Amino acid sequence: MTRIPKFLAFAVLLAAPAAAQMKTVNGAGATFPYPIYSKWFDEYHKVKPELQINYQSIGSGGGIRQITERTVDFGATDGPMTEEQLMKTDASILHIPTVLGAVVPAYNLKGVSDLKLSGPVLADIFLGKIKRWTDPAIVKLNPGAALPDAAITVVHRSDGSGTTYCWVDYLAKVSPEWKTKVGVATAVKWPIGLGGKGNEGVAGLVKLTPNSLGYVELIYAKQNAIAYASVLNKSGKFVKAAIPSVTAAAAGVKMPKDYRVSITDAAGAEAYPVSTFTWMLVYEKNAGDKGAVLKEFLKWMLKDGQGMASTLGYAPLPDSVIAMVAKTIETIK
Amino acid sequence: MATAVLDRVRTVPGSRERAGDRLFRRVIAGFAGIILLATAALAWQLARESAETWKTFGLTFLWTSDWDPVADVFGALPFLYGTAVSSLLALLIAVPLGVGAAVFLTELAPKRLAEVLMFAIELLAAVPSVILGLMGIFLLVPAMRALGAPYGVGMLTAGLILAFMILPYITTITREVLLTVPRPLKEAMYALGATRWEVVRGVSLPYSRSGIVGAVFLSLGRALGETMAVTMVIGNNPQIKASLLEPGYSMAAVIANELAEAASDAHLSALVAIGLTLMALTVLVNGAARLMLYRLGSRK
Repeated sequence: MTRIPKFLAFAVLLAAPAAAQMKTVNGAGATFPYPIYSKWFDEYHKVKPELQINYQSIGSGGGIRQITERTVDFGATDGPMTEEQLMKTDASILHIPTVLGAVVPAYNLKGVSDLKLSGPVLADIFLGKIKRWTDPAIVKLNPGAALPDAAITVVHRSDGSGTTYCWVDYLAKVSPEWKTKVGVATAVKWPIGLGGKGNEGVAGLVKLTPNSLGYVELIYAKQNAIAYASVLNKSGKFVKAAIPSVTAAAAGVKMPKDYRVSITDAAGAEAYPVSTFTWMLVYEKNAGDKGAVLKEFLKWMLKDGQGMASTLGYAPLPDSVIAMVAKTIETIK
Repeated sequence: MATAVLDRVRTVPGSRERAGDRLFRRVIAGFAGIILLATAALAWQLARESAETWKTFGLTFLWTSDWDPVADVFGALPFLYGTAVSSLLALLIAVPLGVGAAVFLTELAPKRLAEVLMFAIELLAAVPSVILGLMGIFLLVPAMRALGAPYGVGMLTAGLILAFMILPYITTITREVLLTVPRPLKEAMYALGATRWEVVRGVSLPYSRSGIVGAVFLSLGRALGETMAVTMVIGNNPQIKASLLEPGYSMAAVIANELAEAASDAHLSALVAIGLTLMALTVLVNGAARLMLYRLGSRK
């Protein structure tokens, strides 16, 4: 009988000093950067064993809500917070860009290996105005390609997502009709098409449906060997999404002070037009020493973390942005 | 002895109760109360979180069909329609199949075969719905397309998957109630020269009517709330189309899809409002089942 309490007391003795030293920081938000974030937190834990950073990938919307309600120490999002969302808290929230991603038009066409599309054509396809692959607008972009005389089956995300945000943000920039009729958000009212849940849902439907066109994250398309089209950029060049062309898109945009910037349809000959930053959301003023801890981590992220991005398929920040973010991080308290 | 103990547990007014018994009675009454409390708390929480939607749209939320998270305009009709149609389709397919299978298992099949089949059916009931959804994507959707459906995914595909899912319930329960039909009744029919079909139609099925109705409503409840398998094959497009081959959407599916990334409060509130509607619908279905069983019971 007495063995159990003794054992418990022993366990408490062992655990107490460890618990006192162990610091935890909690974050939640976007699913898109989850692989790189968990890699970073893992590596950073090796550098600073006394610090444990937990991250729940609950989605950008949830991340924004939780950081606003202060239930987490940092949030993460793929779409910048709106003015309305920022007004909900009187404290100042900083957007810290961490890495870049891209969204690609994935397609399933037999015998077409290098499809080329432009923003207005993509918008018209997703609006339901271009219905067939043999539409003159598509043929003009793909001279000589064996386009099938078939209807286009449009596939989009059914779940709200940062991927959707980036995609429709681009469509809205290149098509006034998209902007007024559909708009930009993590979930929109799709004029046509089938909805698939998650990147895997969209990719699954595209793979299984002949003559379909959808959109997925670049990383997902690469890992799963899904065919994706090049997109005509602002400088009039067809660019296929890849890590250098995504970083180029970020370099071609004038960065505002608060980093809340969309880099879709970016200028620059090499820029891939459907690219986006992903951000961590941190308070400028933090309770206790949380601010100092976050600051240390973010510095490490800029210095050592960026190098890990491309192996996981993310584009690292361009040097100009790194220099700027380094200054912003200093203001965190 | 035994009756004396029972008397004390069920306290007759004025009778004395031992302290231990009283404590026990109150504790278990508390346990039972938790169930009521949890249900009430759930409904209250759903109502509170969806208040904004009801304030903005009122009951028109239930019969408008615009779902636009950008403009913050929400109407639940396409989802109500999708849930109702896919579930009813499932019943339409699964009830005759399930009842037929149960009759075969109890009346016609050799005992060994019936045992093997029952084992297989119970196994089917244990398949997680996400697995059925995968099966839908990889087998049913291409098959539907091969048969001429434009997309493969759609309302009918969702109905078929749901039918597959509730089939084991209907079969198992119907078989259980068919087994309770008294032998003398059936034998009397046979003695009068009735055929097997006449016995099934005249004795077995009417005798087990209330049990079969119960099975149907239990299955309907499950079909209404099914999320994963449906969202994987229904096409997730909030529209109301006459063709069952067109994509649709269901209430449970839209909640699962959009809740995590609902950025605005209005969007979140509208999704919770759909949750409340779904809960109300299942309560209604269960209520209707109770009423029907009560009617059937009293007619006997």
